[in-house]
Amino acid sequence: MTQIMASKNKMKIIPQIKIAAKGLRTHKSRSALTILGIVIGIMAIIMVMAIGKGAEDLILDQIRGMGSRTLSVEPGRMPQGLSDFAEVYTESLKDREVKALSNPNNIRGNNEIAPFVYLNATVSYGNEKMRTMIEGANRLWMDILDVEPEEGTMFTDTDVKQMARVAVIGSNVKEELFGDSEAIGKRIKIKNINVKVIGVLPPTGVKMMMNIDDIITMPYTTVQKVLMGISHYHAILIEAETEEMVPGIVEDIKATLREMHGITDPDKDDFHVGTMEDAMEIIGSVTSVLTLLLIAVAAISLLVGGIGIMNIMLVSVTERTREIGLRKAIGATRTDIISQFLIESVILTILGGIIGIIIGAAFTWLIGFGIREFGGFVSWRFFFPMSAVALGVGVAAAVGLVFGLYPARQASKKSPIEALRYE
Amino acid sequence: MALIEAKNIRKVYNHEMVPLEVLKGMTFDIEEGEFVAIMGPSGSGKSTLLHILGFLDPQTSGTCLFNGKGMEDYTEDEIAHIRNKEMGFVFQAFNLLPRTNVYDNVKLPLIYSDRPEKEWHDLIMKAIKAVGMEHRLEHETSKLSGGEKQRVAIARALVNDAKVIFADEPTGNLDSKSGAMIMKTLQELNQQHGYTIILITHETYTAEHAQRIIKIIDGQIKSDHKVKKRHDANHGFKK
Ligand SMILES: Nc1ncnc2c1ncn2[C@@H]1O[C@H](COP(=O)(O)OP(=O)(O)OP(=O)(O)O)[C@@H](O)[C@H]1O
Ligand SMILES: [Mg+2]
Repeated sequence: MTQIMASKNKMKIIPQIKIAAKGLRTHKSRSALTILGIVIGIMAIIMVMAIGKGAEDLILDQIRGMGSRTLSVEPGRMPQGLSDFAEVYTESLKDREVKALSNPNNIRGNNEIAPFVYLNATVSYGNEKMRTMIEGANRLWMDILDVEPEEGTMFTDTDVKQMARVAVIGSNVKEELFGDSEAIGKRIKIKNINVKVIGVLPPTGVKMMMNIDDIITMPYTTVQKVLMGISHYHAILIEAETEEMVPGIVEDIKATLREMHGITDPDKDDFHVGTMEDAMEIIGSVTSVLTLLLIAVAAISLLVGGIGIMNIMLVSVTERTREIGLRKAIGATRTDIISQFLIESVILTILGGIIGIIIGAAFTWLIGFGIREFGGFVSWRFFFPMSAVALGVGVAAAVGLVFGLYPARQASKKSPIEALRYE
Repeated sequence: MALIEAKNIRKVYNHEMVPLEVLKGMTFDIEEGEFVAIMGPSGSGKSTLLHILGFLDPQTSGTCLFNGKGMEDYTEDEIAHIRNKEMGFVFQAFNLLPRTNVYDNVKLPLIYSDRPEKEWHDLIMKAIKAVGMEHRLEHETSKLSGGEKQRVAIARALVNDAKVIFADEPTGNLDSKSGAMIMKTLQELNQQHGYTIILITHETYTAEHAQRIIKIIDGQIKSDHKVKKRHDANHGFKK
């Protein structure tokens, strides 16, 4: 740009923009097709920024919902990366382990502990049926989720001890099975076993990546022994007194379980311990991989869009050889011609960028709406930063400059005579 | 010092690796205020010569000076500036911008000049009036008649107050009546406003509007003489 400013014939930028705009207006439909690639690229960038950020916030929110004092001990070794979620299935966590982890001699501090099992099953009440998830836990689970039944009550530790056939159901489950009629005190059937509804949760949405409205919570003993007939657990949740104690407790858990299971090589662990911090780190790395992927897609689309711009500008330069020759013959310098064609391509790409931003914002809003209304993620926020707009326009302009430069230079190199003789 | 000094100008094109000598050494001067016609058969090198005189194309050898300096004494940008400020061109094919109106076509050289924008309107109107096209300002040039197009092209050559007007067969595509009007316009510009005019034509009756005729054949000057008696402007067009 400094070159343009220093040009001897002081370039008049407004007339130049008018010339460029006119050049574009005479080829409207071609210009429109040309910018499609830019539109898609910028749209992708906007959506990556807005939805990616929204999703990350949402997931982190979910994990934070677990609480920084909560640890989860699960069977099998830690999954190694994205493709290794098929962890080695083991039945390594049983009552013996629960007892050991409850023992203050093994694990420091005064912790609360909740064994956890789950089961996918069909639930019925009269003729109404639905498939849902049954969580077996105790009071601590509800504390972690931070929900209380809005009707009826939560089951007690006595219910857990006695393997009581009682359930607290989510608001959707109630809606599906009972409609508007009373649910408390009714008996629902799970795996042919009668279970009494003692509590209904308020509409809560998704917490800890589970839609609380869709699940049924029962004493873990009942789910484990009565419904499933197993002796192991799917997880053992532990809540520490303070966040600061968590790392020490993790060490204690590992030492205790390794000793019990006779494990000397940590790579051979038949359990793993997760904390909120770990989960956040994993999600952080997953989202940054996804963001990188999407940015790559956006970059490719912008590259293709840029090549499209270059292509069409080259065609335009050839078509307008006479015009270029004329302009040079009556006093346009190389810089004048370069800036005319550069301005044309930048106008094109910025236009594409603006359209991309608008469409991207619309899609972002729609997708956010869907996630909130149909996905149950009530905490989803429509996230549309001004920085995304600035970035979109900036990137579009840069694409126009970079890919417009070659055609513009080709145009400026035409000799006026060759150009005027061109038929 | 003459305005234009041409000394032994040669131009060789390398057409598909075969050298083609179009101008074979031409020498002449043109004074400021002269109205010169260059005549010759098709392909004799008239346009080539005009382009060299107008700093649009460099000669292969010899010197061609404008105001005492040659094309090689300037940078590319300076040459563009001289073409813009000192020279006005009327090309063989009109070379107007399509889908652009008369006013904007005439404005074109000003965009590349260093004149302040507030002077533009007056300059454009003055040039358009000089060729009698003020009733067609908003017309797109594609909707004009051939003679009107040529007058717009002349207005464009005048707009930046050039010293010299180079006109390459300005009447070539026109009927005799329009041709006569163009020649009258050029004559007026020369006599009343002092423009130096260098005009190419292959028609004798057009050339006779000038004060001097240079005839070239096959890349060489065949004759160079003053026109003794000026004909009536319409003479020769009415056959
Ligand atoms: N760029 C070029 N490369 C090769 N040959 C060229 C080039 N430009 C012109 N010529 C040749 O030079 C010769 C002179 O061309 P020029 O245009 O000067 O003729 P002219 O006298 O203006 O003819 P006309 O009256 O038809 O316009 C022609 O034979 C033409 O083919
Ligand atoms: Mg010619």
